[in-house]
Amino acid sequence: MQFSESWLRTLCNPSLDSEALCHLLTMAGLEVEEVEPVAPPFSGVVVGQIVSFEKHPNADKLKVCRVDVGADELLQIVCGAPNVVEGMKAPCACVGAKLPGFEIKAAKLRGLESFGMMCSASELGLSQDHDGLLALPEDAPVGADIRSYLDLDDRKITIKLTPNRADCLSLAGVARELAALTDTPLQAIVTPDVPVGHERQRKVHLDAPLACPRYLGRVITGVNAQADTPEWMRERLARSGLRSISAAVDITNYVMLELGQPLHAFDNGLLQGDIHVRHPQPGEKLVLLNGDEVTPAADMLLVADEGRPLALAGIMGGENSGVTDATTEIFLESAFFHPDAIVGRARILGFSSDASHRFERGVDFALPAQAMERATALILGICGGVAGSVFEAIEREQLPQRQIVPFRPERARKLLGFNIADDAMHAALARLGMQVKASVGGLEVTPPSYRFDINIEEDLVEEVARIHGYDSIPACPPVGPAHMLPSSEFTRPAHRARRALAALDYQEIISYAFVDEAWERDFAANEAPIRLANPIASQMSVMRSTLLGGLIGALAGNLRRRAPRVRLFELGRCFRKDETFVTGYAQPVRLAGLAWGTAEPEQWGQAARSVDFFDVKHDVEILLAGRAQFVAARHPALHPGRCAEVKLGADVIGVLGELHPALVQRYGLGAAPMVFELELDAVLSTRLPQAQDISRQPVVQRDLALVLRNEISADSLRGTLEAAGGEYLRSVTLFDVYSGKGVEPGFRSIALRVVLQHTERTLEEAEIEACMRGLVAAVEQQLGGRLRA
Amino acid sequence: MGVGVDNLDQLLSQATAAFSASADINALEQAKAVFLGKSGSVTELLKGLGKLDPDERKRAGAEINRCKAAIEQALEARREALRAAQLELQLAAKALDVTLPGRGRGRGGLHPVVRTQERFETLFRSIGFEVADGPEIEEDWFNFTALNTPEKHPARSMHDTFYIEGVQDVLLRTHTSPVQIRSMQAHATRYKDAEVMPDLRIIAPGRVYRVDSDATHSPMFHQVEGLWVGENISFAGLKGVIVDFLQRFFETDEMQVRFRPSFFPFTEPSAEIDFAFMSGPNKGRWLEIAGCGMVHPNVLRNGGVDPARYTGFAFGMGLDRLAMLRYGVNDLRLFFDNDLRFLAQFQD
Repeated sequence: MQFSESWLRTLCNPSLDSEALCHLLTMAGLEVEEVEPVAPPFSGVVVGQIVSFEKHPNADKLKVCRVDVGADELLQIVCGAPNVVEGMKAPCACVGAKLPGFEIKAAKLRGLESFGMMCSASELGLSQDHDGLLALPEDAPVGADIRSYLDLDDRKITIKLTPNRADCLSLAGVARELAALTDTPLQAIVTPDVPVGHERQRKVHLDAPLACPRYLGRVITGVNAQADTPEWMRERLARSGLRSISAAVDITNYVMLELGQPLHAFDNGLLQGDIHVRHPQPGEKLVLLNGDEVTPAADMLLVADEGRPLALAGIMGGENSGVTDATTEIFLESAFFHPDAIVGRARILGFSSDASHRFERGVDFALPAQAMERATALILGICGGVAGSVFEAIEREQLPQRQIVPFRPERARKLLGFNIADDAMHAALARLGMQVKASVGGLEVTPPSYRFDINIEEDLVEEVARIHGYDSIPACPPVGPAHMLPSSEFTRPAHRARRALAALDYQEIISYAFVDEAWERDFAANEAPIRLANPIASQMSVMRSTLLGGLIGALAGNLRRRAPRVRLFELGRCFRKDETFVTGYAQPVRLAGLAWGTAEPEQWGQAARSVDFFDVKHDVEILLAGRAQFVAARHPALHPGRCAEVKLGADVIGVLGELHPALVQRYGLGAAPMVFELELDAVLSTRLPQAQDISRQPVVQRDLALVLRNEISADSLRGTLEAAGGEYLRSVTLFDVYSGKGVEPGFRSIALRVVLQHTERTLEEAEIEACMRGLVAAVEQQLGGRLRA
Repeated sequence: MGVGVDNLDQLLSQATAAFSASADINALEQAKAVFLGKSGSVTELLKGLGKLDPDERKRAGAEINRCKAAIEQALEARREALRAAQLELQLAAKALDVTLPGRGRGRGGLHPVVRTQERFETLFRSIGFEVADGPEIEEDWFNFTALNTPEKHPARSMHDTFYIEGVQDVLLRTHTSPVQIRSMQAHATRYKDAEVMPDLRIIAPGRVYRVDSDATHSPMFHQVEGLWVGENISFAGLKGVIVDFLQRFFETDEMQVRFRPSFFPFTEPSAEIDFAFMSGPNKGRWLEIAGCGMVHPNVLRNGGVDPARYTGFAFGMGLDRLAMLRYGVNDLRLFFDNDLRFLAQFQD
């Protein structure tokens, strides 16, 4: 909400400068967002009156004026403004005046001396308007400083109110708050009842009493709708960010700003019969003031007469029932609409209004009568006319009730964590307009009608803290028993896995969890992804079930930026429909990586080589501390011959492989990235080491070169050897794989180092030979292999 | 040879000079022969001893031997020096350009937001907070209703929240606060038979989603929730923890922290936290950093905790914002562009 500081100070004027006042409001929860002076700094400008003028002898467009600035002599001032009239009053910058950007000096203009400058609004920085001199009212006192005459040292203050503080959406509300905060007297807005001149009434029926339990209406006859809005009101509205429209509309806006009560002025001549506040009938239409034709939903509220809907109650008036220049009779509405009946409705229709903003947060239900008198008095004063008596329709039981809220000072001290005296709390609540009564064990507090946010004890604790100042509450960390946090060795923190991957030359990325549907199809063969009902863009419309899309997307982005080599990882959630999980969706956290380009950064010390399956396999092995097995598998996004399932024991925990060539082409990657994706839980699970005795007996090493069919996997060879190795076999290390000259097509030669050891003594040569023969025999019989000649 | 027993000193200095003048081992061996060889000066002198009377022989013999030892020592020293010089020469030939780059792997790094998250976790773990987690596809009840957010609250409208198509009341969580409810429920269940429920202290970092996208908003961003529930948890305690955290996180005591009254449906009293550095590029500017407050009794109740007995505080902070302030990043979108040129700056 925006308002003028000097307007506020007419209602409550604590001895604080502007900055201190704004700080106080901010620290009380009425956050001051912006403070803007209504005029830039300037000095030496006074009210001047052009006593006479004549055409400049040497210039067609210039005039030579004689100006009264309240001094002993008239000033001669040359002026080029088109709107100069004899007797007019306008701001006059005297010699020595400092205006925004320049200083006024005595000067000669086309040969004639000029002692000052008559000013337009734009020259004073008040507006963009430079059509001519800023004409001042006839009663402006000649010689008066223009800053004080126009109240130009005022500031426009904008406060950002939280939704619970609707009571501060008016000058009266902010002033009330300021008075409570500073214990300064509040200048009451006096609204004596206006004299009633006729008894014509329009009856009002509360057809939806839950939504509208109170509605006041009054007919005002004989008004001049074309009357000008007085300058003071126009200026206060402008400084509150509201444009002047017409006297009647300006007055309703003014009272809304002043008191917080939204009002509506109908053209009484356009209404038929009684007023009904009711819900719409199906299909009923209404054209609003903003020109929109709406078909209000059943839970919206209408103000209607006997013929048609007139307004969307509490939100916006209708186009064909409002006050126009031709209006001579006004039907003025001042009502209470329940927040529940207004909240969210304007938003559904795609707009917001000052009225709906207030009603949906809660407008004081005790206010309509006062606002009615205030607005009527202003209308009579500005537009003339005769006021009728007020018709009030009210359903008292449906008005909000202010319940007693019990308040225990001890509880407040405990919750706030510091010592504040009972009577200080009592006083703070009383200053906020609460009725406070001492009772057994504490206070009984009844909030005022304008506070919709005080329902429980904690709400009162906040009020006490606010008035006392949050700043005065000490900062002291809680004290508790010094228990240690658990720390497991059967699992490790995710950050350690991240750091391991970073050390392996992968850069972490974060990509969106909602992705392009095509990614789900391409990288997970997912034809039925989880869709968002309201995505912000089609490429962010489905929830990912794999991290691969994000990695490939980031790769493509970096390749467009000409990255020579890309290695990425991401740790994040993936999503899959699964009724066995909370919310109906499995949401596993995964860890995935990608490597593209050379195996190592470009360097002088070794030849460049493209990263391959086994480079990345090694990274995965390190990540899983050598516990994983790899089994040839197929995956929709991966090269069918270069893809492995990653297994931990019997569980498949992920996948590793080279991106499918078709996808490499589709995503314009040039070369195939290696990728992996693992379940994070599995990556983080670790084994508690259990130490074994180390044998001190000498070890025996023997090398074996075996020729096997290509289909025999290294794992099955290892398995066969380990099974056949007997009790002396300690390890088998594969150190060479060869195919080509000397090995027939379809076969390969695999060289292994076998380590044998007895736990208690040196092995004898015969035992070694037997063991090696056993290994070769197993390879021959079980795998169809043979020793390489 | 013009050297006699009487000028052995001269002999020694001649030998030392000759050795020093020898530029290599061969020359040194030749010089050695001149003094210590079969017909070298010292040998000749020893041979001449026989001509002397016994007393004189004894005295001269001792002096000649002392001289001989000194010459041998000088010889050995020179030999060692020549050997060392030769080795030095050999090694110099094998010198490397140590300024050539090292060989092998590069290294990656963590994402700056994750780096911030890790730092956050470390600081809060040090005062006994455990890290909690919750689903990102969340139920309406946990995200809103349980958090005392009324049915018609603006945050629930389609404008702010992503909903899942085809199901009722399932959405992408708009904040990390639902973890409060899940953690309290688990804790309360675990200690339902205990005389006193031990304090619950958790932080919950994670991704959250809102329908919003511009220079300062991303439809996905990171928050961290904090919650401390116990028998003696107060607003003063909340202030203490937050001030402590901000000073430790930014590693400076040169800051002001202020708590301003605010409104959140799930806390009462509620506050917005601003802080300002007293030096540096942001000096004197109030920076909004978190929302916080005392957990609303309805929220405690929904978490299975008795609000008459226990109180708690909660706060929510933007991890992205913390990272931006800490590392001088001025555009939120950089965090989600995944540009390696940007990310590589945050290696530690």
